[in-house]
Amino acid sequence: MDLLTVSGSPHVYDRTSVSKIMWGVVIALIPAMLVSFWYFGLGAVVITLAAVIFCVLLEYLIQTQILKEQTTISDGSAVITGILLAFNVPSNLPIWQLFIGCLVAIGVAKMSYGGLGKNPFNPALIGRVFLLISFPVDMTLWPLPIANRLVLTDAITGPTSLGVLKEGLLNQETVPELMSKLPDYTQMFLGNIGGSLGEVSALALIIGGFFMLYKKIITWPIPVSYLLSVFAFAGILHLINPDLYIDPLFHLLAGGLMLGAIFMATDMTTSPMTINGMLVFGFGCGILTVLIRVFGAYPEGVSFAILIMNATVPLINRGFKPKRFGEVVKNG
Amino acid sequence: MKTFKAGGVHPPENKFSADAAIEILPIPKRAYVLTSQHLGIPATILVKRGDDVKTGQLIAKSSGFISANIHSPVTGKVFKIEDVIDQSGYKRPAIIIDTTEDIWEDGIEPSDKIEREITLSREEIIKRINELGVVGLGGATFPTHIKMMIPEGKNAELLIINGVECEPYLTSDHRLMLEKGEQILIGTAILMKALGVSKAMIGIENNKPDAIAHLSILSEGFKGISVHALKVKYPQGGEKQLIKALTGREVPSGKLPIETGCVVNNVGTAFAVYEAVQKRKPLIERVVTVTGKAAKKPSNFMVRIGTPISELIEKAGGIHENLGKVISGGPMMGKALTSPEVPVLKGTSGILLMLKEESAREKISNCIRCAKCISVCPMGLEPYLLEKLTFIENYEQAESQRILDCMECGSCHYTCPAGRPLLDYIRLGKSKVSFLVRNRKKQ
Repeated sequence: MDLLTVSGSPHVYDRTSVSKIMWGVVIALIPAMLVSFWYFGLGAVVITLAAVIFCVLLEYLIQTQILKEQTTISDGSAVITGILLAFNVPSNLPIWQLFIGCLVAIGVAKMSYGGLGKNPFNPALIGRVFLLISFPVDMTLWPLPIANRLVLTDAITGPTSLGVLKEGLLNQETVPELMSKLPDYTQMFLGNIGGSLGEVSALALIIGGFFMLYKKIITWPIPVSYLLSVFAFAGILHLINPDLYIDPLFHLLAGGLMLGAIFMATDMTTSPMTINGMLVFGFGCGILTVLIRVFGAYPEGVSFAILIMNATVPLINRGFKPKRFGEVVKNG
Repeated sequence: MKTFKAGGVHPPENKFSADAAIEILPIPKRAYVLTSQHLGIPATILVKRGDDVKTGQLIAKSSGFISANIHSPVTGKVFKIEDVIDQSGYKRPAIIIDTTEDIWEDGIEPSDKIEREITLSREEIIKRINELGVVGLGGATFPTHIKMMIPEGKNAELLIINGVECEPYLTSDHRLMLEKGEQILIGTAILMKALGVSKAMIGIENNKPDAIAHLSILSEGFKGISVHALKVKYPQGGEKQLIKALTGREVPSGKLPIETGCVVNNVGTAFAVYEAVQKRKPLIERVVTVTGKAAKKPSNFMVRIGTPISELIEKAGGIHENLGKVISGGPMMGKALTSPEVPVLKGTSGILLMLKEESAREKISNCIRCAKCISVCPMGLEPYLLEKLTFIENYEQAESQRILDCMECGSCHYTCPAGRPLLDYIRLGKSKVSFLVRNRKKQ
């Protein structure tokens, strides 16, 4: 008989693994990806593919050339960052700008902190915000859906629905007057609107969200509290003055909220670890999103809201502990 | 169906030996009886080299408040008294006896006839349990007579009999419930009398419907004993989790179960109590499951304490050519053995044989803060944090984050997608924190 293996208990392990979780997220992103290919055509394919290749390559090079450690690109996390970053930019973004976005996302926001699991902020969002601040013009030229399927550059562009709203309100128009300029809610739900690649179709994102819930990759508290608090806060504003504040359903369907609530805020590494903490986190994201959208300079506030709440995660983790067994003495 | 609320996991059950009736294992040629088979102080040896001993004779006596008597499991001559390697891999004193025949000590009634009448008084029952070396057979091996002595100011109102057997693979309690059901119920009634309680609940997970049905029918003949089916969830056999599942009460952190008015005993213990009280038979044998993917013939054996584990493996079909790991106990909380030559103890519930390919741990990668460890922790702790605090040697923080509440069920490591050895670190942290606590008390 050979030598026996000796190790501490437990001796059996669940069949989950980090890479299974990550590839599960990639699968959940596929519906939204297909929708983006359908509406934005060639540009979307090129941007998505390029972002994934850049992110994986950069992570590989940083790990093998600079950090001199074993590469972990097969875990799929760089692929997710690539797809999410692509989802957050317009489909005609110049490739060199996209590359800079990937470099910031992987190099600065992820690897400089020590790689997967150690980053305090969502890498794709850091990449997107960096691009938005550095290249505000290119980052807000939104190709119209369907019309630009076969074009890579010089696409016909238009503002997003949130942009139309912000612009109109600044020009003293009222919400009821603006309604005619905005796409109807069915189109917004399906994704036939201008916007970042992956954010347009609420339906496709929700399908991905249910897949992740089913696979236990995400849990309900963050998306539910995020969406509910947006709905509630925007709803209260709408009730106070419907001329100035659009109805809450619009806020749910517009911009990057679905993408943010389902895929970005739920990022395990950058979100709290207990249910109560997650509820607070989602609530904070929701309030900040509406605040920025309604009262801020930018038409869209999802990225900033999530990044700000990312910064509060260590505090939330400290303040919201799981219910300890035997803490509350109950007899009977 | 009842179960505990917070945390828990459901590993594959793999109860291969559930249908294998208990076989009586031949008495070993040489028995290795360790003096430390229970929680607490090792027993003091009463025999010397060359002494003749009979089966059931007292050979080492309890030497402190938390300690237990040990009796000879065989008849023969003491070959020598020597330190042998035990299940933890350390050397510990043992009485080694060469077997000649099987003659029982006077007063023990060896027949299988079931004695229903409980004639002893409460004090006599506790005294006999103490004399005959009965300890908790669920795994912790806490001396049973101490559990029967309710501390001043506390009140016992409910006896819980643990037939959960939530560890995957193991079936020794399951078989015992099927084959010695009546004796277990009499043992339960004896324990009720000793505690002065009028109510007992037997908790069994519903992956053992035959045992639930069998004991339910038998329990109709006993006043105050009820059988409860529980939803399958590990670690339901943990004392605190079982109390929570059956009564909804929570044992306060750092306190004993008696705070909730409950006393918990294993079905195996109830059987041992029956044998001690009704038959005067000391705890010298027990049921041990031999199972696993590397077990050629998964079996349940009635084994004399002190039998080398290799003899059990031999009887269960021999050593598999691809054997990688031998575990005493179940896959979640059992101890990996350094050698199959170590002897069976009072607390050995099963021997799990694992194949080489399932013996290695998973590859470790970075914690991704997925919080799965928190969601499965039955004690409401944060294993990822306790791991980190131990790693950076911040034991004060670890203590205030309740590291000592950890029952070492292993659900966190089991579920971790990054394969992190969370429990290894927590065990280390616990021992460091206990050391700090002890030093503080001394000052």
